[in-house]
Amino acid sequence: MKEGKTVNACLLERKHFDTLLDALKVRGYKIIGPIVKDNAIVLEPVESVTQLPIGWVDEQSNGVYRLRKTDTPTLFNFTVGPHSLKQYLFPSVQKIFMTQRQGKSTESTVDEKVERKKKYAFIGLRPCELAALHIHDMVFIGGMYSDPVYQVRRKDLFLIVVNCTRAGGTCFCASMKTGPRAERGYDIAITEVYEKNQHYFILEGGSDRGMSLLKELKQGKEIDGRVQKVQELYTKAVQEMGKAVETSKLKDILAQQLEHPEYDNVGNRCLSCANCTLVCPTCFCSTVEDVTELSGASADRIRKWDSCFTLDFSYIHGGPVRLSVKSRYRQWLVHKFSTWIDQFGTFGCVGCGRCITWCPVGIDITEEIVKIRG
Amino acid sequence: MATDPKLQTIKGEYKQNPMIPWPFQILRVKRETEDTFTLELQPTGDLQEFQFQPGQFNMLYVYGVGEIPISISGDPLNPRILVHTTRAVGIVTKAMDKLPRGEIIGVRGPFGKPWPIEKAIGQDVVFVAGGIGLAPLRPALYDVLAQREKFGKVVLLYGTRTPADVLFRQDLEHWRSRFDLEVYITVDRAMSGWKGNVGVVTTLIPRAPFDPRHTVAYVCGPEVMMRFTATELIKRGVEAHNIYVSLERNMKCAIGLCGHCQFGPFFVCKDGPVFSYSTVKDLLVKWEL
Repeated sequence: MKEGKTVNACLLERKHFDTLLDALKVRGYKIIGPIVKDNAIVLEPVESVTQLPIGWVDEQSNGVYRLRKTDTPTLFNFTVGPHSLKQYLFPSVQKIFMTQRQGKSTESTVDEKVERKKKYAFIGLRPCELAALHIHDMVFIGGMYSDPVYQVRRKDLFLIVVNCTRAGGTCFCASMKTGPRAERGYDIAITEVYEKNQHYFILEGGSDRGMSLLKELKQGKEIDGRVQKVQELYTKAVQEMGKAVETSKLKDILAQQLEHPEYDNVGNRCLSCANCTLVCPTCFCSTVEDVTELSGASADRIRKWDSCFTLDFSYIHGGPVRLSVKSRYRQWLVHKFSTWIDQFGTFGCVGCGRCITWCPVGIDITEEIVKIRG
Repeated sequence: MATDPKLQTIKGEYKQNPMIPWPFQILRVKRETEDTFTLELQPTGDLQEFQFQPGQFNMLYVYGVGEIPISISGDPLNPRILVHTTRAVGIVTKAMDKLPRGEIIGVRGPFGKPWPIEKAIGQDVVFVAGGIGLAPLRPALYDVLAQREKFGKVVLLYGTRTPADVLFRQDLEHWRSRFDLEVYITVDRAMSGWKGNVGVVTTLIPRAPFDPRHTVAYVCGPEVMMRFTATELIKRGVEAHNIYVSLERNMKCAIGLCGHCQFGPFFVCKDGPVFSYSTVKDLLVKWEL
């Protein structure tokens, strides 16, 4: 994928938005995009533009997520929901291998479904989610060992990002430098503009295949000046973002403040429910279960998402290493903002705010960092 | 078997896919103590040898029960036989304890950083083992003794609970009879007939014959034992960066992907399990890290 500056842009009228989806379908992609389901905006297969959350706006704050229908027929006037790319590239339940037993001999084979190639196009991802994808690339395929499941699913993704022109109530991407505009790692970047009864999209190509797809679309008339104009929309999103993390020297401060009294405080409020780790687009921990068929003739190994907030997570002979809730909260926070840098050279947080929104007791990681920084 | 094309593919994947266990056959089960046993395993199929370095570990899979990390306790110079010494304490190790000779066991590995034996060339070598911690050190002892002339004094300090818990009796007898290796054993609780030392293993350190300024120490045992041992070695003058410890954390994948074994900035499975004490000493005293 080509990184860096985009070199091609076009204007797509709302009435022609379907042509974008059609162009993806012609190329054989299964399109995954945002839809309204169970009172939340989630990522699911999308066939036509009418399935997108037209007119829906989300309201998010600490421990709160609500959808509201408006009369404005925007397609992307919401921010991130509980889903992220993680659901597709690192499935929550995944068979790793199956073992057949015949007499005394056993043979292990990988699940064939892992090898079957799925060609996905994602539409409506946010810049913070692209940043999370970049982080997962380093975790799963950037090191000494690669995760074969992720590797297969990661290949040939067509990524259409929607730049944010409105900040959600728990967003802090500007301070993590991951948004509100995507800088790289996409095929096409969309900015939605709705003003004075005009409804159009600025499309920018970020890769060769993205730009070649743009050429096929029904082009709107005027693009001159409009790309510049949408800059103001990003600035507005940054200005209305209510949360931020001060990242300077944060890695060292957290490494030195492992016994900060704030961990006692937050440990008393945290329910260790693991919601934050499940909605987090970068959390990658997993466990395995070995499941035997009733007859005993075969056994599967199933990989499932795990969370550092569970008691079992750190279990070794003799008991769990992290017995208290505060030690588990500390593990999570210090990992995201300090030890992740030791491990992968980047923060493990992209500022999407999901952990704040979906925390049942509204613990705000940005506030915790303020307290620990002192 | 080798001509089966499907199996060839599986074998190809074994090399690329570190998540798939390889079948090994149990050649021999040796009972070490009441709760500890040693398995001698032989690779099946096309795999003839299993190369490893002292201090590395494998993930051992008991069919349908589960998988656990166990360090290799055999001789690195004899890669045809893979040896693991295990104490039956959990669901998997207890199931493993019941496996008879001829049974198949799944092996993934070898994983992790080894004991850096090369660091001790020209120096005195001190091995300090606590309980089953002798098992991960035994390959390093074999390795050092196989090239004995490269080292100064070689000392083994071994502490265990009771005389009945002493592991590898044959090896210890043999090592004790050598003139180029000093072996000191102590037990926490003596029984009648025990004529040796009584007390924790750290009590052996002040009188063990080695030159602390030119010593590399390899320490393995419970975490608290390793901490006190390192403190005692430093008190005698051994430098912290010349002391190596082997840490234990929960492990599921062994390849740094599942996140369980994190210890501060480290993944114990791939950055360890062997660490220089100077690297981890500040983290070891942090509560519930």
